[in-house]
Amino acid sequence: MLTTLSKDTMAIMREQDVVPLRNRVKEVAVKIGMGLVNQTKLITAASELVRNMLRYGNGGDVLIEVVSKGREVGVRLTFSDRGPGIPDINLAMQDGYSTGRSLGLGLPGTKRLMNEFSIQSTVGQGTVVSIVKWKNG
Amino acid sequence: MIHKIAQLLKTNKARLLDGWFQKQLASETLRDDLMTNDELRAQSEELVNALTKTIHEENISQPDSSDFDEVFEILADITAQRARQGFSPRETGLFIFSLKETILDLLADLGADDEVMLFQESRKVSHLLDNFAIITFETFIKSREEVILRQTEEISDISTPVIQVWDGILALPIIGTLDSARTQVVMENLLQKIVDTGSSIAILDISGVPAVDSLVAQHLIKTVSATRLMGADCIISGIRPEIAQTIVHLGIDLTNIVTKASLASALRYAFGLQRLTVKRVETDKKAF
Repeated sequence: MLTTLSKDTMAIMREQDVVPLRNRVKEVAVKIGMGLVNQTKLITAASELVRNMLRYGNGGDVLIEVVSKGREVGVRLTFSDRGPGIPDINLAMQDGYSTGRSLGLGLPGTKRLMNEFSIQSTVGQGTVVSIVKWKNG
Repeated sequence: MIHKIAQLLKTNKARLLDGWFQKQLASETLRDDLMTNDELRAQSEELVNALTKTIHEENISQPDSSDFDEVFEILADITAQRARQGFSPRETGLFIFSLKETILDLLADLGADDEVMLFQESRKVSHLLDNFAIITFETFIKSREEVILRQTEEISDISTPVIQVWDGILALPIIGTLDSARTQVVMENLLQKIVDTGSSIAILDISGVPAVDSLVAQHLIKTVSATRLMGADCIISGIRPEIAQTIVHLGIDLTNIVTKASLASALRYAFGLQRLTVKRVETDKKAF
């Protein structure tokens, strides 16, 4: 059972919004006492997803939450956009697959960096990616 | 009667200017530290002159009319100058709002006998002067944005210095986020410097990069490839432990690139490539 302890939303419209988001995520991670390695993983994952959102989804919203499950505390980030959506999620989750001439590591890499990862996408309506990193995960 | 408000403003120009100027002098927001009273007087006079020259009974109710272009221009100049001089938005806004107040005072003085007319004319004046105020705001913000834009460019220029650390060895400390625009600047500076100095080794130090995601990695790989095409070796240094772990999990392949944990070890490696050794010289103590 996941309990939300605090939440905060940030709108992402331009590339200039990436750095403030990263700083905000870092602030939250530091506040719950997350170690440097996990902090870096979380910030990198946030950076990947927010770039995806800007590049393919024309921006969107990021929900930053501090969550707890049992004795674990962590940070959950939910990225939602109203972009074109992803037609084949399995393909998008493959290493090296990209429609945008990038390395194609954003989604699969993020999944490896995080403890929990879920993605829902409807073509024509948008994509929602939710990730959780536990403090000691 | 005041139904000819434009005429009224023209004939009472001196009184209007004087009233406005006195109002500005009496205001708490007067900044005689930033601008002398003579300058303020000159600015006020210029604006009142232009306004009374262009205004007539028809265009007073069309605040966007091109008749006012001259007024707009003067307003924009004054505002841009104030933004540069460090006036606050409030002080700049009050400049035009105090003119409105003065005109309304003048109207009330001269036409207090006909309240309906007074109300209608006041509305027109209000509408016109509010539009002037909006132009002031727009120009003010635009001037500030220009300042910010210039600073952004300056930051990206000064934050990508290419340093020649040794004959044939260049170092490029990257600080902050590496986005596409920044990579372009970094790459251009580096490649140009390689040509200028005839260097054969470039060290990219990423100690100051907070997070290396796949886009940053891609940019780094591109920079390394371009350097290689120029015939120089490229070393990436400053990979912190947490960054190394993140890169591995992300699945970024940097195996084709020489990477080092610190700038010092990169420099040592570069010396090795150049067949240079650094030795501690056994000196005679008396020499120091």
